[in-house]
Amino acid sequence: MGIIAVLLSETIEFFRTVSIREFFGSATWAPMFEPRQFGIWPLVGGTFLITAGAGLIGIPGGLGVGLFLNEFAAPGVRAFIKPLLEILAGIPTVVYGYFALTVVTPTLQRVLPDTEVFNAASAAIVVGIMVLPMVASLCDDALRAVPRSVKEAGYALGATKCEVSLQVTVPAALSGIIASFILAISRAFGETMAVTLAAGSTPRLTLNPLQSIQTLTSYIVQVSTGDTPQGSIEYKSIFAVGMLLLVVTLLFNMLAYSLVKRFRSVYE
Amino acid sequence: MVNVGKDQATVFEPSAPYAIEVNDVNVSYGTSRAVLDVSLKIPEHTIVALIGPSGCGKSTLLRSMNRMNDFVSSAKVTGEILFRGSNIYADDADPVLLRRQIGMVFQKPNPFPTSIRKNITWGPGINGFQGDYNKLVESSLRRAALWDEVAGKLGESGLALSGGQQQRLCIARAIAMDPDVILMDEPCSALDPGSTLKIENLLLELKERFTIVIVTHNMQQARRVSDYTAFMYQGELVEFGPTDGVFETPKQELTRDYVSGRFG
Ligand SMILES: Nc1ncnc2c1ncn2[C@@H]1O[C@H](COP(=O)(O)OP(=O)(O)O)[C@@H](O)[C@H]1O
Ligand SMILES: [Mg+2]
Repeated sequence: MGIIAVLLSETIEFFRTVSIREFFGSATWAPMFEPRQFGIWPLVGGTFLITAGAGLIGIPGGLGVGLFLNEFAAPGVRAFIKPLLEILAGIPTVVYGYFALTVVTPTLQRVLPDTEVFNAASAAIVVGIMVLPMVASLCDDALRAVPRSVKEAGYALGATKCEVSLQVTVPAALSGIIASFILAISRAFGETMAVTLAAGSTPRLTLNPLQSIQTLTSYIVQVSTGDTPQGSIEYKSIFAVGMLLLVVTLLFNMLAYSLVKRFRSVYE
Repeated sequence: MVNVGKDQATVFEPSAPYAIEVNDVNVSYGTSRAVLDVSLKIPEHTIVALIGPSGCGKSTLLRSMNRMNDFVSSAKVTGEILFRGSNIYADDADPVLLRRQIGMVFQKPNPFPTSIRKNITWGPGINGFQGDYNKLVESSLRRAALWDEVAGKLGESGLALSGGQQQRLCIARAIAMDPDVILMDEPCSALDPGSTLKIENLLLELKERFTIVIVTHNMQQARRVSDYTAFMYQGELVEFGPTDGVFETPKQELTRDYVSGRFG
């Protein structure tokens, strides 16, 4: 609660100097240079690019691995992969950042020479890989909770394995699957270290993933690790950005809760 | 006497045509043998009851008739089961196609967690049914004696129905595939007497159209609904014949003890 109070009071301080209209109305984020501009959209855009890219990789990938574990993997394979997923999910995110810089980005540059040293694509890819094990593990749990008897009903109607897993098991596990997707998105949204390392810190409103961008979180890192004097307007801006992060994350959670409630199946 | 042995068993041979012929079938789970050398012929358009004490292999035998045992990795079936004259365990036999023609109703009602309508249409849908789905839903539910109770709420979840209604929905779902044979594994064991009676009456109507093999631990039920009864004990088929004969003049001592309620 104390954190929220500080966040709130600093945010109010910030909006004494910078108007809310500028914050949400301007498309330029230039807090360090004169003339200073505090339009939040480049940071939101950068965050969106990373989140969308990571989701595009982590969600289908995770669901795929979860389905494979549940329906197709031999028990021995499963017993090996499941703990592996838990270990992967526990790797510090800074390691993913280095992986992006040393492996993903050079590879991208070889394939697409336009790729900048710091770029959104590389960050999105590693964040996607980062959330994949969590999605896989949660999807696997949700799919496993579907009773055998319901799957057997599908098989007994002359359904193939694929038809049963995609049309019977997945719908019956939908609430758990959706919850894992939303968790993945909100983790990608709030991811900090890997993104700061891989995507750089160039606030820029772009949809080109080969360019450097800045996200909400990496802006906070940039300011709080730099020599920005306390009490300055840049310093206060991180609280406004933090507030926005908090509000959006809260909205995610509410959405997750209502979706999970809506699709809650009888088996959980 | 525990071991009957194939040669001592009393196995009646009904007249052809047969829906299913079981020839020297053995089923084992790993090293434990659940069905031992069973042979019997199931005539078309009859109801055949499988009875016997719990654990004697009734479900295992039933599930080998539509290859549901394929999903138990330790299960191994030898011998042959003929459906429409060809061995369903032959190398080139397709278990998916087989299950479209041999439907199954399970012990515990297991409707899909979706609407009543979708419960009926899903199976025919994945199998490329081209006809009128509304008619199919109505006729299947009518044949399962459920139409009058659900006609106004086909969009509601199948799980919102009572246990007895759910089981009739599962029967309707099997009927909608228009199979030749319907296998039922203690379909009434989870139901109240009223629902059980409804389903028993239903079975008598369904046999005009389908061949039914029903596992039951309820001997009165076997007597009321079946034309032929197979009594199994410890994996072996002890006696198979017309139901009246099996219950009134059993040839085997074990059968006599069981149907008179001396064990089980
Ligand atoms: N999936 C299985 N794995 C191992 N053993 C099983 C399995 N299913 C049944 N059995 C065993 O096979 C025997 C016959 O079981 P079952 O066919 O279910 O009998 P019933 O239906 O007559 O009660 C029992 O000894 C049971 O423990
Ligand atoms: Mg059984």
